[in-house]
Amino acid sequence: MCGIVGLFLKDRSLEPQLGALLARMLEVMTERGPDSAGFAVYGEGGAGRIKLTLRGEDLAGIAEAIGAGATGVLRDSHLVLSLPVDQEEAARGWLALNRPDVVVIGAGHRIELYKEVGLPADVSTRFGLSGMSGSHGIGHTRMATESAVTTDGAHPFSTGADQCLVHNGSLSNHRSLRRMLEPKGIHFVTDNDSEVAAGYLTWRLREGDSLAEALEASLDDLDGFFTFVVGTENGFAVLRDPISCKPAVMAETDQYVAFGSEYRALVGLPGIENARVFEPEPARVYAWERN
Amino acid sequence: MISVDLAISPKRALNQRLHELPTDTAETRWQVLNPQGQHALVAGLDAPIAVDIMGHAGYYCAGMNQQARVTIHGNVGVGVAENMMSGRVHVKGDASQSAGATAHGGLLVIDGDASARCGISMKGVDIVVKGSIGPMSAFMAQAGNLVVLGDAGDALGDSIYETRIFVRGQVKSLGADCIEKALRPEHKATLRALLDAAGVGPEVSVEEFRRYGSGRQLYNFHVDNAAAY
Repeated sequence: MCGIVGLFLKDRSLEPQLGALLARMLEVMTERGPDSAGFAVYGEGGAGRIKLTLRGEDLAGIAEAIGAGATGVLRDSHLVLSLPVDQEEAARGWLALNRPDVVVIGAGHRIELYKEVGLPADVSTRFGLSGMSGSHGIGHTRMATESAVTTDGAHPFSTGADQCLVHNGSLSNHRSLRRMLEPKGIHFVTDNDSEVAAGYLTWRLREGDSLAEALEASLDDLDGFFTFVVGTENGFAVLRDPISCKPAVMAETDQYVAFGSEYRALVGLPGIENARVFEPEPARVYAWERN
Repeated sequence: MISVDLAISPKRALNQRLHELPTDTAETRWQVLNPQGQHALVAGLDAPIAVDIMGHAGYYCAGMNQQARVTIHGNVGVGVAENMMSGRVHVKGDASQSAGATAHGGLLVIDGDASARCGISMKGVDIVVKGSIGPMSAFMAQAGNLVVLGDAGDALGDSIYETRIFVRGQVKSLGADCIEKALRPEHKATLRALLDAAGVGPEVSVEEFRRYGSGRQLYNFHVDNAAAY
């Protein structure tokens, strides 16, 4: 069992509250996933710059050491490095050479990604989620089934620029999918089945699919139980497997679209009393895009 | 009327209080405020009381109900009125999966839609859904009536034993051994009584429904199939 949440804002005036709203949603899902938690937030992106989210120990000073216009914001065990787009490769090279212990868990114009082992409330406090602003975010509370309780196994998974995925369920053909995707240049860091789903979508998007098309294709190629919530730089999507094995509830108002494994996760949202609350249908892609 | 605000008092205390009511209780009218999607609300009741839940409820709301009349003024999560024995549960909004699962008796009315597996393994309950129902509804249904004013999803009545299913709209597909059957006068009478009980007026005619039920081909093992194992 796991808990997943997502919040996609239509009303920009709510952006300063994104983190606070998401933190509450995540905490309510503790009963579904007390092992570890993680979240991705789509915040401000600087023109011509890219953000790398690094995870590891002793991260202070990395931005200065890399130089080349890099700046860093340290949050507990994660460092969000901002640097000119043309410096990304050099920075990754520097890290591989000088800090092989550090893992790059997310990259993109706007995405920042945080995950740790521990109770969701503790994880969100450690990273200061409630103070973050952004246009959309997704989160996950994990009760491990297919792989160990480690930070590597925590969600979200990001396998492409500004892309991330959270998953409730388990995939049965993730080994064969991994063998299909690796020769296509999709790189996996963990043994986790959900990372393979993220990699699958990255591959489809790279081949020119829209987010909705990529998810449509996954219905044919993925075998198992899943409810996915997916984020891209400007998009947000939800998909459930054809027998809707895992729970899902959504709420939509003029201000936002919200997703929760259970309705309880949504009760703190503004105007929820008058929101259109509905259960997404199985095998149907729900996608929202913001311009 | 006794009003309990779940923003102030815990759900378990409410459920405990309701469980302790004797069958001849004078405290017959209850109202629950701020349910906020909590699970197992008013589950396990066994007294002739009326409970109004003023908002959305979570999983297993009014599960195992006996005698009580429970009205939910909102949506409900998975398994509303699961294993109900008697009484009446009325959902004013939509119901999530497995509404009325394994229920033996009573009446479950859903004003909106019910999602997948509505009436799964139902054993005698009557279910009236005024909207549509999701896939795999009435899976392995054993007894009772399922009435749907809207449409039914894939694999309706898969592996059904018995149970009368009445659908007014489209059926996406029938499951294994579920077949369409004639709507005879006695079925029309049953259907009319159920519609009346659910508050559906004469504007909805029984003539608009089609009846589905068991083909009774899966009751016994066919030796012809032995090679399949």
